[in-house]
Amino acid sequence: MSYLLAHPARVGALALAHAALVTGALAAACAIALPLGVLAARNARGSVVLLGALGAIYTIPSLALLALLVAACGLGSLPIFVALVAYAQFVLVRNIAAGIRSIDPAERDAAVAMGMTPRDVLMRVEFPLAMPVIVGGVRIAAVAMIALATLGGYVGAGGLGSLIFTGLALHHTDEIVAGSIASATLAVLVDVTLRGVERALRYGVSR
Amino acid sequence: MWAGILEDAGRHTLLCAQALALATAIGAPLAAFAAARTHLRALLLALAAVGRTLPSIAVLTLLIPLLGVGTAPALVALVLLALPPIVINVDLAIRGVAPAARDAALGLGMSGGQCFRRVVVPLALPVALAGVRTASVEVIASATLATFIGAGGLGDDIVRALQTDNLALLLAASATVAAMAFAAELLFARTARAIEVHTS
Repeated sequence: MSYLLAHPARVGALALAHAALVTGALAAACAIALPLGVLAARNARGSVVLLGALGAIYTIPSLALLALLVAACGLGSLPIFVALVAYAQFVLVRNIAAGIRSIDPAERDAAVAMGMTPRDVLMRVEFPLAMPVIVGGVRIAAVAMIALATLGGYVGAGGLGSLIFTGLALHHTDEIVAGSIASATLAVLVDVTLRGVERALRYGVSR
Repeated sequence: MWAGILEDAGRHTLLCAQALALATAIGAPLAAFAAARTHLRALLLALAAVGRTLPSIAVLTLLIPLLGVGTAPALVALVLLALPPIVINVDLAIRGVAPAARDAALGLGMSGGQCFRRVVVPLALPVALAGVRTASVEVIASATLATFIGAGGLGDDIVRALQTDNLALLLAASATVAAMAFAAELLFARTARAIEVHTS
């Protein structure tokens, strides 16, 4: 604890860098997962293949994937960024597809009968109704990504993991504790916040 | 190269199997015991939720000041990492058993213990096993990180390959540990299906 109390500014700066890395990766992951999720919701057979492939990526141990990415794109934040985006796909695509599939067909029929174009149906009926489930996926992905991003400390990407790995190399337990507590706190904060968003959306949808 | 990888894969498998067995032996009875007790259950699930937010590397490294380095602290860390998914799924599994099934068993004159052993456990097994499956993938991945606290395993080969820029070793070790994770997934999926077919 003493490191955390003695260097709050340094831990804060690393936490900020950590959050920025995860936020960027999460945004990129959502941008890729949205079209894939819609595709998986529309096509049952395609969804089995897609989710199987994404599940396979999800299963690869993090150090193995990270090491391969370091071999492919060098040290720094790029390999951990790519790893985070890749790992998030499974949860995000699964929840987007499940959210869209869980919509009552009557809602979709009503929208079509009112003359909405397929695009309108997707943007104004399906996405809003699926949003609580989608946000649930984003929450799970974000919490996992915050924990995973600590491995960035091993490949020179900065963030809270650099505290853990420096502490490990120098036998400074204090730094390890500081990095771990800060990372867990960040994850809990994000979890609680997104749970709140999920609840508010559910309430809004059911009203 | 392959002889070394094979040896490390063996150590990796042993460590993971021990961690998984211990975590199941601790987590499953604990969650089953807590499932019907409101306060204990809330505490256990809250602990599991916090446990899930801790990075694996943090759990591994935080044990160094308490237990030192080597295989034993790695085993403890892996058990701690495997517990949350097992506890969460066993709880889910037991609460998912239809009350009607339980009532019917008690109505037939089964004792509480008989009802638990012969009705609740078989019905809850597939969902509970899914928790062990999640835990197994997590444990295999985290055991790779156990190299940082000197526990050996395939993480040793990956780290050595990175340090010596040995692409062949990197690919071989990464592929081996990934294959182990896939194999564990497949094994548990098959077992769950076999149980479901057997009980339905």
